[in-house]
Amino acid sequence: MADEVILLNYWPSMFGTRTMIALAEKNIKFDYREQDLFNKSSILLEMNPVHKKIPVLIHNGKPICESLIQVEYIDEAWPGKNPLLPSDPYQRAQAKFWGDFVDKKVYGPTRLIWGPKGEEQEAGAKEFIEMLKTLESELGDKVYFGGETFGYVDIALIGFYSWFDVLEKFGNFSIELECPKLIAWAKRCVKRESVAKSLPVSEEITKFVPELRKKIGIE
Amino acid sequence: MASDQVKLIGAWASPFVMRPRIALNLKSVPYEFLQETFGSKSELLLKSNPVHKKIPVLLHADKPVCESNIIVEYIDETWSSSGPSILPSHPYDRAMARFWAAYIDEKWFVSLRSIQTAEGEEEKKAVLAQVDEGTAILEKAFIDCSKGKPFFNGDHIGYLDIAFGCFLGWLRVTELAAGHKLLDETKTPSLSKWADRFCDDPAVKPVMPDTAKLAEFAQKIFAKPQP
Repeated sequence: MADEVILLNYWPSMFGTRTMIALAEKNIKFDYREQDLFNKSSILLEMNPVHKKIPVLIHNGKPICESLIQVEYIDEAWPGKNPLLPSDPYQRAQAKFWGDFVDKKVYGPTRLIWGPKGEEQEAGAKEFIEMLKTLESELGDKVYFGGETFGYVDIALIGFYSWFDVLEKFGNFSIELECPKLIAWAKRCVKRESVAKSLPVSEEITKFVPELRKKIGIE
Repeated sequence: MASDQVKLIGAWASPFVMRPRIALNLKSVPYEFLQETFGSKSELLLKSNPVHKKIPVLLHADKPVCESNIIVEYIDETWSSSGPSILPSHPYDRAMARFWAAYIDEKWFVSLRSIQTAEGEEEKKAVLAQVDEGTAILEKAFIDCSKGKPFFNGDHIGYLDIAFGCFLGWLRVTELAAGHKLLDETKTPSLSKWADRFCDDPAVKPVMPDTAKLAEFAQKIFAKPQP
């Protein structure tokens, strides 16, 4: 019996991007369903009643929520092709640590940067750059975060790359100046087919954010 | 190598530190417990977890592993041939266990902790209601995950039992301080019985702090300055 895989997503989401990349790495065909977060569908509310958020991965009718949990699930449910996590337990623990770091430390500041003006925006920008520098230090001179192989931490972070231009605009900084190695890493990732076809277009995000700000009443 | 020396940097009162301790007990792995002094951070801690500077930190042959749930998974994978499996074997069940563990840390525990800092009766009531709502969700999660067995993980305690059970000491302290039951036979019948079973488990008993001792500690750390 063929697998039925559905992804509920909202196109700008750096989280949904993760799941899409993971599915593409494993060559899994899926039914992409765009969601309106201002008018949540019954399937979204039914499949993620706890958080009511995207992305939601639905595999043969069963929902999996939270993007990094989805990435790990995809790696475990479709083992063999393109492993997303290392096999060594210590390397796996390091990968999960950094994925968790991106969630806990990188996302928050980005909301402050494009959020309401003032002190918060500046603080957000400063924090964001600091977190990127920590990640850049972890990357070092490696090709990818895990070494020679593209994987979990790269997937966790690359979705933010589409947002870099708009964050630079609002935050008044240059990520290339602050973290050149990270930009070089991002450009390497984008050459990968799974990333190229899953990443939202940067120009679209740059147009989208001012519209979003108006919609939620910031502008 | 699994036989290399194991150390755990932690503190007796921390529910997060309890998690790897229970996991190490389940796997019968001896370890040296390096107790941090409340209010200060040792050189070893700062060196081993420079990013977050938090406990617990597992040192396996001096290599650090940080973040309690990540440490539990590491223990399960490293000592896979010893003791019961801590994570379920099916990918979907594993995803569910991880989902609920994340919910507990990011939502449920955050509201439990905010009871301590709630100002006035109105705010306290509102926060308690929020915790009750979360616990009701976890009651249902228990029924779904356990599938009629005694623990979230089935026949033996596992990842999700540990992720939630580690908070039982603080839950009881909060119940006493707030004069409000968060787990009881009418509101949360399954979780009530599970809590007793969890605390009785031989891997848990030696590391679950005594409620009275914890209450005394809570008074000390949450003491409001005198006006």
